[in-house]
Amino acid sequence: MNINLTIIGQAIAFFIFVVFCMKYVWPPVMAALQERQKKIADGLAASDRAARDLELAQEKSAQELREAKQQAAALIEQANKRANQIVEASKEDARKEGQKLIEQAKAEIEQERNQARDALRAEIAAIAIAGAEKILETSVDATKHSEMLDKLAAEL
Amino acid sequence: MAGSASEYIQHHLQNLTYGKLPAGYERADGTVLDQATWTLAKTGAEASDMGFWALHVDSLGWSVGLGLLFLFLFRLAARRATSDVPGGLQNFVEVMVEFVDNSVKETFHGKNKVIAPLSLTIFCWVFLMNLMDLVPVDFLPQLFHLAGADYMKVVPTTDVNITLGMSLSVFALIIYYSIKVKGVGGFVGELTLHPFSSDNLFLKVLLIPVNLLLEGVSLLAKPISLALRLFGNLYAGELIFILIALLPLWAQWTLSVPWAIFHILIITLQAFIFMMLTIVYLSMAHEDSH
Repeated sequence: MNINLTIIGQAIAFFIFVVFCMKYVWPPVMAALQERQKKIADGLAASDRAARDLELAQEKSAQELREAKQQAAALIEQANKRANQIVEASKEDARKEGQKLIEQAKAEIEQERNQARDALRAEIAAIAIAGAEKILETSVDATKHSEMLDKLAAEL
Repeated sequence: MAGSASEYIQHHLQNLTYGKLPAGYERADGTVLDQATWTLAKTGAEASDMGFWALHVDSLGWSVGLGLLFLFLFRLAARRATSDVPGGLQNFVEVMVEFVDNSVKETFHGKNKVIAPLSLTIFCWVFLMNLMDLVPVDFLPQLFHLAGADYMKVVPTTDVNITLGMSLSVFALIIYYSIKVKGVGGFVGELTLHPFSSDNLFLKVLLIPVNLLLEGVSLLAKPISLALRLFGNLYAGELIFILIALLPLWAQWTLSVPWAIFHILIITLQAFIFMMLTIVYLSMAHEDSH
């Protein structure tokens, strides 16, 4: 165990190594570490912000959904009312139309009846004359009796 | 493995020494030097006769090599350091750097750009030097013996010169920062006016030698204890490995394996203690409490 020059050699080596480490090893590693620390901090802050934004957005979307629902409900109500109105109106129309049709049909029927009656009358008159001719076996002066026959026919 | 057990142990504890032998010195093989020569010592006696002007080539070589290995690895990671997803090496380096940085921040509260890299260098370097203790004791010396080197001590921290070299550098930093922070007057005052002080001027002067003695001893004890603690632990560990290697082959692993596992703790702990004490001493040097 001799004390010798090795002490000084080791001290010199130590000095050089420490200086090298101080200049070329420590600063870049520390810089990278701090930069990453900052990045992570920024990332965390950003995620916090994003979470807050998300919450806000959710709230907003819920609000909008609620509003939309209300609007939709109002619209539906309006539409229902309108539909009812339309149904009522069309019912009314249909009723009127039907009424009109019925009246028309009635008038037509009346007309036809009258026509048929007229035709019947005319025919009856002719049948009656024919019947009377057969009964009398004589020709009946149509013109002479027509007045009477017309009167008869009018009574039918 | 020639010779008796004590020869084996002594051989293992002898550094490969390069130094100056004086003129007229009789070497181990009987030849007499006609002039002063720089040479490798052939025996332990030659090595100690070289006195102060000798280098432990093996200790210094291994320590510088391991220091370069540490710097190479860390520089490699530092050059490629990104703040994105780190790779394996960068991850490891970052863990070490953060660990050291936290240790420094916990203990030292001032502003100093030197202490953190200094601590990192100390921790990694001392750890690597200690780690050589886990290489089987005969493995590397035998290889170097085949290559022609008579002695080879592969664990630099079992050489008191290496640990003293580091602790004296730390000591120099302690003195430097003490004077830088407190000024020469403040530093001298710290050494002479504490722990005993008095309001009476005469008494104060009388107490100066006492304080100087106490403070001087506690100041000088710092580098000595720092060096000897590391050296003692590793030297003892190495010695036990050497003793285990003397046992018959079948018995060796039953002892060397548990000891090696236990030693993993010791080498890490000693590297950590050396680093922590350096930080503590330097932060004490920065404190201007008196």
